[in-house]
This record gives sequence, C-alpha cells and structure tokens, in this order.
Amino acid sequence: MPEFLISPLRRLGHASINAIWRLGFISRFLVAILMYSGQSLLRFSLVIREVYFAGVLSLIIIIVSGLFVGMVLGLQGYNTLSRFGSSDALGALVALSLLRELGPVLAALLFASRSGSAMTAEIGLMKATEQLDAMSVMAVNPIARVVAPRFWAGVISMPVLAALFNVMGIFGGYLIGVVMIGLDQGTYWSQMNNAVDLHYDVVNGLIKSLVFGIAVTLIAVFEGYDATPTAAGVSSATTRTVVTSALVILALDFVLTAFMF
Amino acid sequence: MSSDFFIELRNVSFAYGRRPILKNINLRIQRGQLVAIMGGSGSGKTTLLRLISGQYRPQRGEVLVDGKDVAKMGHAELFAHRRRMGMLFQFGALFTDLSVFDNVAFPLREHTDLPENMIRDLVIMKLNAVGLRGTQELMPAELSGGMARRVALARAIALDPALMLYDEPFTGLDPISLGVIALLIKKLNDALGTSAIMVTHDVHKSLDIVDHVYFVANGEIIAEGTPDQVRAAESPWVHQFVHGEADGPVHFAYPAGRGLTDDLGMLGDGHA
Amino acid sequence: MKRSTIDLWVGVFVAIGIACIVFLSLKVANLTPQNANSTYVLTADFDNIGGLKIKAPVKSSGVVVGRVTNIELDTQRYVAHVTLALDKRYQFSRDTSAEILTSGLLGEQYLGLTEGGDPDSLKSGDRIAITSSALVLEQLISKFMLNFAEKGDSHGGKNASAAQ
Repeated sequence: MPEFLISPLRRLGHASINAIWRLGFISRFLVAILMYSGQSLLRFSLVIREVYFAGVLSLIIIIVSGLFVGMVLGLQGYNTLSRFGSSDALGALVALSLLRELGPVLAALLFASRSGSAMTAEIGLMKATEQLDAMSVMAVNPIARVVAPRFWAGVISMPVLAALFNVMGIFGGYLIGVVMIGLDQGTYWSQMNNAVDLHYDVVNGLIKSLVFGIAVTLIAVFEGYDATPTAAGVSSATTRTVVTSALVILALDFVLTAFMF
Repeated sequence: MSSDFFIELRNVSFAYGRRPILKNINLRIQRGQLVAIMGGSGSGKTTLLRLISGQYRPQRGEVLVDGKDVAKMGHAELFAHRRRMGMLFQFGALFTDLSVFDNVAFPLREHTDLPENMIRDLVIMKLNAVGLRGTQELMPAELSGGMARRVALARAIALDPALMLYDEPFTGLDPISLGVIALLIKKLNDALGTSAIMVTHDVHKSLDIVDHVYFVANGEIIAEGTPDQVRAAESPWVHQFVHGEADGPVHFAYPAGRGLTDDLGMLGDGHA
Repeated sequence: MKRSTIDLWVGVFVAIGIACIVFLSLKVANLTPQNANSTYVLTADFDNIGGLKIKAPVKSSGVVVGRVTNIELDTQRYVAHVTLALDKRYQFSRDTSAEILTSGLLGEQYLGLTEGGDPDSLKSGDRIAITSSALVLEQLISKFMLNFAEKGDSHGGKNASAAQ
C-alpha cells in the first residue's frame, strides 16, 4: 500500500484505540468513584463543601443567563406567534422550550464551563503539586477524599441549577410578554398550564439535567485526575473538560430526546 | 536478621516501560538511623523512596520494611504500612484548600477517632515542635516556602511514624530555612527514634546531620559510608559530587552520538 | 470561608432548588394524575379518530379529567380502539357518550365526555358504548357538496347549515 494511504490510516487507528482506551478508563474510574462513595457520603460535610463551590457559586451566572434566555424567547416567540395570530400561546412556547431543551442543556453547558473546568483545574493542580500523592502516602484514598465528594456535589447541583434556570427563563418570558408587550398575564400562565405536563415535561427535563450532571462532573474529575502534572497539562485538561462536556451534553441530549418525547 | 535492619532492599530493579531506572539495588538501613541517599537529578533517588512508600512496585527484588515485603502487600496491608510512615514531599504538598490547622489535623482525623479537643492539642503540640505555633488559622498560600515545609513536616509526624521519608527536603529554601529544616529533621529523628531516609542532593547540609550516606548514579549504588568516610573518599565520582565540580567522571556534556562539527554540518564532504 | 457559612449557603441553594421544582410542578405544569393509583382506565371505539393523539386531553364540560394513553386499530372490526386514563375523582355514568372534538377551528383534537343519566358509574376497564367520530374536513366538504347538488331536500339543508 502506498505511504500516503498508510499514514492517515495509522493515525485513524491510533485515534480509535486511544478513544476506546479512554472510554474504558473513564468507566473504570466511575466504578472506583461509586465504590468509594460510601465513605465520602458518610462524611457528608465534604460533599456540602463541594456543593458550595460547584453549585452556590454558579447561582449568579445561572440566574442571569436564565433571565436573558427567557427574555429572548419572549421576544422571538412573540414575533413569530403574532404572525399567526396566536401570541396567546407565548407562555406555552417559553415554558416548553425551556423545560424540555434549553433549561437542561444551557444550564449544563454553563455548569461545565463554570464548575467543571474549576474542578479539573483544582484536581489537576492537586496532582501537579503532589497533594494527591501526599494523601495516598498518608493512607487516604484520593478518589474517596477528593474525587467522590466533587462528583456527588456536581450530581446534586446540576438539577437544582437547571430548575432555577427554567424558573428564571419563565420569569424572563413573563417580563417581556406580560410586563413589556402587555399580553394578559392570566393567559400567559393558563396557556402554560395547559401545555406543560408534569411527567412528560418537568420530570423528563429534570432527568435530563441529572444525566448531564453525572456526565459533566465525571468528565471534569476524570480529566483532572488524569491530567499531566504540569502547568501545560492542567491547562489542556481544563480545555478538554469544557470541549468534551459540550459535545457529550449535546449528543446525550439528542439520545435522551429521542427516547423521551 | 530482619530485626537489625528496619529497611532492606534486595536486588531491586525498576523500569518505566523499557527505560531502566534502578538496577539491582541492595541497601540496608538500621532502626533509628537517619540515612541520606544522594545522587544527581534523574538518578532514581525519588523512585527509591516511592518503592519504599509502596507507590511503585519493583519489577524484580524485595523491598522489606520491618521484615514485610512492600512489593507483595495487598491494599489493606499497604494502607496499614503507610499509616506508620510519614513523608515530607519536595515542596511540602500542603492541601491548599485547608488551613494550617486542618492540614496537620488531616491524618489524625482520617485515621483516629480522637475527640476534637484532643486533636486540637495534638496539632498545637506538633506545630510547636516545628516552631510554628500560632499559624493555625493561616492558609498555605499565606506561608513562606520554609514555613510551608515545616507545616508539612508537622503533618508528616502527626501520627508519630516509625519511618520518615524525606523527598528533597532542602530544595528551594533560603540558607536560614534550610538550616531550620535540617535541624528539625535531626531533632525529630533523635527525639522520636524514627528511622528516616532522606533523598537529597544538598551535600554539605546533609552530611552534617545523617548517620549514613548512599550515592546513587545511573540507577546503581556506587558508594556508601558514614559522612566522615564520604568526605575523605578517594572515589573520583564522590569527590566530584561532594565538591560540586563541573567536569569529572560525570561529564559536563551529554554524550551526543556525533561530533559537534557533524551536527553543525561543517564537514565538507558529508554536506553536498 | 467558615464551615457554618458554607452550610448556610448550601442550605439556601438546596431550598432554592426545591422551591423551583415545586414552582415548576404546581404553577407551570398542570398537576394531572399520572400514576395508576389515582387513575382508572376506560376504552372507547371510534370509526374515525381524525387527528387524535396519545396524551391528548380528555375533557368534560371543558375541564381536563384525564388523558388518552393508547390508540390502536382493532383489526377484527376495523375501528380505532382508544384507551383513556381518567382521574379517580371524576366518575361517569354508564351511558356517558364520548366524542372527538377540536379546540378552536384548527386547534388540537381532544376527547369530550358527556355525562348520561344512568345511576351506575363506569368502572375501570369498561367500554364507553356511545361514541361519535371526529369530523374530518374532507368528508365534511364532500358531504356538503353532495347535499348541495341535491338541493331542495330539507334534511340536506340542515346539514349544510351545520357545516357552516
């Protein structure tokens, strides 16, 4: 076979093997986290501390973005709906778009770039400065002490942030539709009530955000733990967390949507 | 026979992939001794420490600590071994998200069920031993390099270990901090009766405090002896190392495959 | 950061989360019955269901009382076999009639129940016997055209006015 064919094929093979290897590694990592979760969930103060860093510190960005996304939905939705004479359905449009797709997906993307990257950088730096080594030399398992609490904190925080994003978005739509444009506020809420189903829309949206939370946090802690222990290694691991999380969120969203709706 | 030697390495070999780091190392350390392992950068000193702490496992040979082979220990045994061991890392490796107090209290909280007021007393005693009582509320970022190293030392001795490992304890310290750390290492070793291994390339300071020295180069032990024997050593390698000469048995230049003139392409006929 | 401050903030955070979920469930979603415990099942057969879909609301006097849970074709008689889940709070008499209606001119189709006079109520698994099919626009127009052609017949005139 000519050389110009062999070398791209070899690269493709290398990339595939690498991808599969990483997938296997991340699965084993998840198993290890779950195995040691008992210890860290017993000492719940560790998880609470991480919920503070992952969740509480993300509140502002989630509130502000949720509000703006809802306001944009309100404006765009009104423009389109009024063309068909059905601007009354604005509440339904805003609520359904947020609950089913925008809320979970955007909150997860924001969470990945705000908290996921911070987790990767933190764990990566702990590795680079031998803190993880120091821990294991002190007979403390770093997965139980450092990784598992962060993992659970992420899993807990994500649905809360997504729910808050939804509420802020619906409120943003209300600001535009009712306060600014002057639709009837009763219609806004009742249209929403009629269209939104607790199980199909609210619960499924929360399940989505839970799945995203697991995926993003797992990627974040894995990239941190797997980072090359140098400044360059940690920075590229942080980048990988954001990029991989974004791709995984969107791919998972497609799969979940196909199954749910 | 394992009783007179606390640590014994027998025919230990270790390699990263295909790159050999340690070749057939034999080393014995008596109970209560403070031993230095010296050698240039990349000579495998730190790897030696990690074999003893059980972070790495040798491909061949035995690493006996108190008669038990670290290389063959299971998970639980290894953790029990580490609980009796303290390690001071090169830059301290303090947990940056915990205060000084919480750093020193960390091993106590993880491995004992002591009540909080007793932990408090122990932490203050350990900090007092390294001369840093009063820094409890500070964060590691607020400490100088020397202070951080001393806090790390207090953390390492929190559980009164039977074995102390020091990984380059003098790196990056000013002469005063360096003197303080050396003094503390010596004092703690004498006071606690701990066996200790110190990996370092700071010759003069360590020769003042240790009982025995091993020289490692290219993954092999090439010389050993008491500090006095080492100072008087005839071996040209030890002489070069102790006196810090740029050229000698260890060459200044990397052994390049070709001559400089070849690399620069200055040879007329090879260069069309 | 003090431990108690962190605890406080995380408490606030979780409370916000619970408040948001409660808000979404109560204010945004209509809390319709989901689980088998609070619903009972009825079936109804229609000649033509038009555009009725699974999850379409079942209404009585305009109030949502349940949802369509399943639609399938009965290949013995070639009628549409529709399954409904109704809220247990709402009981209907045995001669209740079901019809497929449209909300607004071009809106979604839903299933309307009209209460009859029988003192006995329908039980879970019962079939609603009296049904009327969806109005299919094409059929309506062709019927109208046919009647229009046979002008003069009083019956046809009635239909035509109904179609308007």
